Amino acid sequence: MHGMKVAPSGVTARRDTMTTSTSLSAAKSGSALMAILFVTVLGASSVFLTGLAQSQTLHDAAHDVRHTTGFPCH
Amino acid sequence: MLKHMLTGALFAGVLAGLFAALLQYFLVQPLIVLSERYESGELVHFAGVAGAEAAHDHDHDHDAADAAAATDATAEPAAEGSEAHSHHHDEASGETPPLTRNMLTIGFLALVYVGYGLLLVAGFAVAAQFGIQVTARQGLLWGLAGFAAFQLAPAIGLAPELPGTPAADLTARQIWWVGTAIATAGGLALIGYGRSLIAVVAGAILLALPHVIGAPEPAAFGGVVPPELAASFAARALAVGLASWALLGWLAGRFWSQDEAST
Repeated sequence: MHGMKVAPSGVTARRDTMTTSTSLSAAKSGSALMAILFVTVLGASSVFLTGLAQSQTLHDAAHDVRHTTGFPCH
Repeated sequence: MLKHMLTGALFAGVLAGLFAALLQYFLVQPLIVLSERYESGELVHFAGVAGAEAAHDHDHDHDAADAAAATDATAEPAAEGSEAHSHHHDEASGETPPLTRNMLTIGFLALVYVGYGLLLVAGFAVAAQFGIQVTARQGLLWGLAGFAAFQLAPAIGLAPELPGTPAADLTARQIWWVGTAIATAGGLALIGYGRSLIAVVAGAILLALPHVIGAPEPAAFGGVVPPELAASFAARALAVGLASWALLGWLAGRFWSQDEAST
């Protein structure tokens, strides 16, 4: 995804990637990528802790939420 | 940018989580609590007792006839299912005081919706890298797509289940669940934002793939909970998810577009 975005020949890239990406400086898109990765990991961790972690304590505490939000439980 | 992403996801997630908790308290929690009375054996399906209230409506002859029929009808599946069942039993949560239990539910609903919100906002940021500006209206669509990815599509193979429902191996189900959520989200993104026919076709294949593979299934059916209760629970769990995800997406899109405008 990153490679596609900063492709040097942005103007000749396929139509679906030819957007405002060419106007982004490399530094800005670099920090944006780090922010996106960080937020994704944080979000996935919250979902994992609530819905998927097989710890007995977490399971018991989040039990009703796991059932209602459709996570595999028990 | 990071601060905007975090605050937007946090506000949207907490509000959507509280909304989900409110709906869960009135629509879903009573069904979970009732199902646990079947799971513990306090109530028995087919014994002519549908619930505490219904028991009063039955006359004696009727009860006796039902009970007689029940011994025949349930003896076989109960024996089959009992092995798979014993470890499903959840003593701990049954003994938690209701207030503590509901507080935990509120807390974890807020946590999981903040998690969903963070994933949504990360998606908004990826879209922004491609020049796509997500507004409240588009956020609503993203929220509906999130519902499809995290609840509706996994529910096709693994229906939302009440306590006391037999199911296949947990790890196998979790792997299928995660794979289905990722494939559905990717498929919808390709269909929604792909500009070529190939992208749309690839998206459709991604949507169908988890269900072609199929979810892990239990070896035998042997649920102790009445099917009416289980059906009502599944429908309401999905409805609560739909409403909460719609609110989450709309709020997240709204905060996101405000953030973008102010920077």
